[in-house]
Amino acid sequence: MGTATLDLFAAALTDPRSPLPAGLTTARGDADAARFAVYRNNVHVGLTNALAQRFPVTEQLVGAEFFRGMARIYAQDHKPASPLMFEYGDDFPDFIAGFVPAAGLAYLPDVARVEAAWSRAYHAADAIALPVTTLAALAPEGLAGTRLPRHPSASLVASPYPVGSIWAAHQTEPVGAVAASRPEIVLVVRPDAVVNVHVLPAADAAFAAAVLAGQTLGEAAGQALDANAEFDFGAALVGLVTLGAFAATERG
Amino acid sequence: MPADLPTTTDTVKSTPMSITDTKRTLPPRAGLGLKPQHYDAILSSEPDVGFFEVHAENYMGAGGPPHRYLEAITARYPLSLHGVGLSIGADRPLDRAHLARLKQLVERYRPASFSEHLAWSTHDTGFLNDLLPLPYTPETLARVAAHVDETQQALGRRMLLENPSTYILFAESTIDEIDFLDAVAGRTGCGLLLDVNNVMVSAVNHRLDPFAYIDRFPAERVGEIHLAGYDETTDEAGDRLLIDAHGTPVKTDVIELYRHALSRTGPVATLIEWDNDVPDFATLKAEADRAEAMITAEAARRNATQTRAA
Repeated sequence: MGTATLDLFAAALTDPRSPLPAGLTTARGDADAARFAVYRNNVHVGLTNALAQRFPVTEQLVGAEFFRGMARIYAQDHKPASPLMFEYGDDFPDFIAGFVPAAGLAYLPDVARVEAAWSRAYHAADAIALPVTTLAALAPEGLAGTRLPRHPSASLVASPYPVGSIWAAHQTEPVGAVAASRPEIVLVVRPDAVVNVHVLPAADAAFAAAVLAGQTLGEAAGQALDANAEFDFGAALVGLVTLGAFAATERG
Repeated sequence: MPADLPTTTDTVKSTPMSITDTKRTLPPRAGLGLKPQHYDAILSSEPDVGFFEVHAENYMGAGGPPHRYLEAITARYPLSLHGVGLSIGADRPLDRAHLARLKQLVERYRPASFSEHLAWSTHDTGFLNDLLPLPYTPETLARVAAHVDETQQALGRRMLLENPSTYILFAESTIDEIDFLDAVAGRTGCGLLLDVNNVMVSAVNHRLDPFAYIDRFPAERVGEIHLAGYDETTDEAGDRLLIDAHGTPVKTDVIELYRHALSRTGPVATLIEWDNDVPDFATLKAEADRAEAMITAEAARRNATQTRAA
């Protein structure tokens, strides 16, 4: 028994077009589609609710009905990889990027990326952020070869759209106005108890991406200068450290 | 080191856990599910609540606010750790990585109780995020007992297994649900979590007498009771169909069934489950207070009976 029964049950559960699985009954002695539909509905509602909880700004941008429809299609082919539901939807932004009905909102995938990064930062390992004083104590001649460890909660979202401003405007009720229209690079980080979403200066984008990817400060500065001759190494580095983008090393 | 934890964490013991696990049990009081929107209200006012229960999977992140709050809560209240993702009833091996995560949580927070469901939730396609039913046969009984045993060995402690709410029956089932649960408990030494709302839901859905179900339930194995609100609809034939919804106060008929259950189990830890459309803390607390008054009344009734007998 057993194995086949649960296989059939699971297959019918996740395919809305499939007929009732064999072997089900009721106290009356007949199978009942309305009863099986409760399980089917529980699975879909549970998964779409989990996505709505993790992507509230994305939901506001498209409206609840559109979001439910989009989430339902995603959930059809993307079941959670584990029972850790706060991880569900890590690739939902990629799905949105390929979801044709949402193509009119070109910034939507990147807003969803900010939200995915927000919950990853919320649940990330705790670590003390590198203090600015530690940075000041580093010998200048060794600085270029230094690699600073990324804070476990820190990640970047680089977008051709003002996604940090859009995200921030949706943190108030009513939704605020979005003044920006330029590309934005966003740092999502939780140096202590609170997750912060920062829009970084555009000139720092290449530097931040390189240094958080583990390159030395010298390599990262070189790339930033190639991208923008106005790049200010000191301001960029102190800025990232002040926001808590790096973890303290063993010596503090 | 507490007595119910093995001294060597990697060694699998071959004997079942002791059924009496008195050093690590929930108090015979009413408890509440811990909700993030209530963290600050609880820590600032420290309400008189018997214990808090959390879904284990919500605290399996590496760090962050959930752990900070849970540490603060467990410094003040007993904790019940309730798993919703182990898929004990599935026809596949338990997820060892998930067991390891549970073990980490148990070691970190030392809960007064760990419980899981007679259900499955994981299949080839992934985690389905629902508690799904299984047929009751000698084969599934052996498998569930093996999974409960493996869980208890891995965690180094006894667990409670919860009776399910179900909407369908399996034609191939040959074992009564209570006999099934009792047999798992007998083989593994696990305790049982009696969800009184689940009893009402399943009894109505399958034309059973809920009071008779409680009367047959092995009361001496019950380590915790769950209460919740159900929703109601009808099936294709127009028969009443109750849904285990966790989104409303406990219904009056479930309260009466709970009173009957308490008369059999005696005072026992009782959780109010309210997971959807979560109300403000005061509303939850009022639900807990109602259950706690019933526990107190049952204790008084037993004292009076003993006094008369003496």
